[in-house]
Amino acid sequence: MLSIEGLRHVYGPVVALDNVSFMLAPGQTLAIFGPNGAGKTTLVKVLAGLIRPQRGTVRVDGGRRAIGWIGHESHLYDHLTVRENLLFWASLYGVPAAAREARAAGVAERLGLTDRVERPVWSLSRGLAQRAAIARALIHDPRVLLLDEPFTGLDLAAAAELRVLLGELRGAGRTLVLATHNVDEGVELATHVAFQRRGRIVHFAPRGGRDAAQVADAYRRAMSDG
Amino acid sequence: MAELLRQAWAVARKDLVLELRTRTALVSAVVFTALVLTLFNFGRDPTAVPTLDLAPTVLWVTFTFAAMLTLNRAFQLELENQALEGLLVSPLSRTSLYWGKLIANLAFVAVVEAVGLPLFVLFFNVSVSRVLLPLVGVIALATLGFVAVGTLFSALVIRTRFAELLLLVILLPFLLPPLIGAVQVTARLLAGRPLSESVGYLKLLAAYDIVFVSLASFLFRFTVDE
Repeated sequence: MLSIEGLRHVYGPVVALDNVSFMLAPGQTLAIFGPNGAGKTTLVKVLAGLIRPQRGTVRVDGGRRAIGWIGHESHLYDHLTVRENLLFWASLYGVPAAAREARAAGVAERLGLTDRVERPVWSLSRGLAQRAAIARALIHDPRVLLLDEPFTGLDLAAAAELRVLLGELRGAGRTLVLATHNVDEGVELATHVAFQRRGRIVHFAPRGGRDAAQVADAYRRAMSDG
Repeated sequence: MAELLRQAWAVARKDLVLELRTRTALVSAVVFTALVLTLFNFGRDPTAVPTLDLAPTVLWVTFTFAAMLTLNRAFQLELENQALEGLLVSPLSRTSLYWGKLIANLAFVAVVEAVGLPLFVLFFNVSVSRVLLPLVGVIALATLGFVAVGTLFSALVIRTRFAELLLLVILLPFLLPPLIGAVQVTARLLAGRPLSESVGYLKLLAAYDIVFVSLASFLFRFTVDE
């Protein structure tokens, strides 16, 4: 379970998070939409434990080991191969030594990287590097997956594959938080939808039966109010 | 403790593999060492200042500046694809990260010193065969201290502009105690004086190591966390 309460964080005069609270149960996916500068990345970084909020609390069942994070950058070492990167991150997340190779091979296969695992990261295209970054985030089978603009750099086929993968993870009881400025991305994955504006969550509700167009319409209205 | 050391070794091993692949810092530091020793060799007047008066200072100034080249590299490679953020989100303890970097830096500086010492003997025509063991001991003792401080400061400056220059400026004052101790002990050893004459300086070096390795291990978390 993931719960946050009363989060506030400012950068000088800019309010990045303003009294943000919500709770997600296993199997729930929250899609956070907001324009650039709304505070989505700060929220994801606070959830990941990278930024300590000036106020409020974050609770994640299982602590750091339970979190997988896909940020704007790949967090991979260019001069290590995909396999070496995966093994390194697996060791940091406490994956038993005997299971690391199999786990790395498994996520690489799931992300369509089997043929490229022995290639250094610097030689991969932007899209393949993004797949490797996703594989890195999944290497320890996290219970909570935080995704900040995960579709950036992926072609249409890879983006569709990622949606399928995230759907499977949700079905397996994982909690997902997806931050994006593009309403069309990931709406169908979401069980809950939030709109963030100037640090505040101005809308938080179950998606229900709303499709992407309906969510986009609600988003436009929420962004134009006030 | 075992987990802490296991994680530290994972970080150190990764840094060593990356450096062996790219050879960025190591080659620069080794070439720098050779060039400085060559310049000092041809740029001095052996009739004006006795070699034994000059040699210890030249040796330690060379080692210090060469080490800085490798220290600068320690956290720069973590900025590649923002890998540092990935490390900070992971369950890797800050102490393990520091110790991992310290181990890798010590290995790099040891390689530089292993190349520099024979060149020093060759250029300055000093006999070290009878004092090799205590000399290596003094080099190890002094190196541990200044690399411990340098590793901490390289993390401190890494997110700043002109990090390389800043590291030099803030680190050098902290290197005075180990440098003074190392130069004094080296001078006595090269002059054929017994090691017992240098006990005071050896205690200074040992105390510096204990204090600064402990202090840096504790303070490191404050340099990397946002």
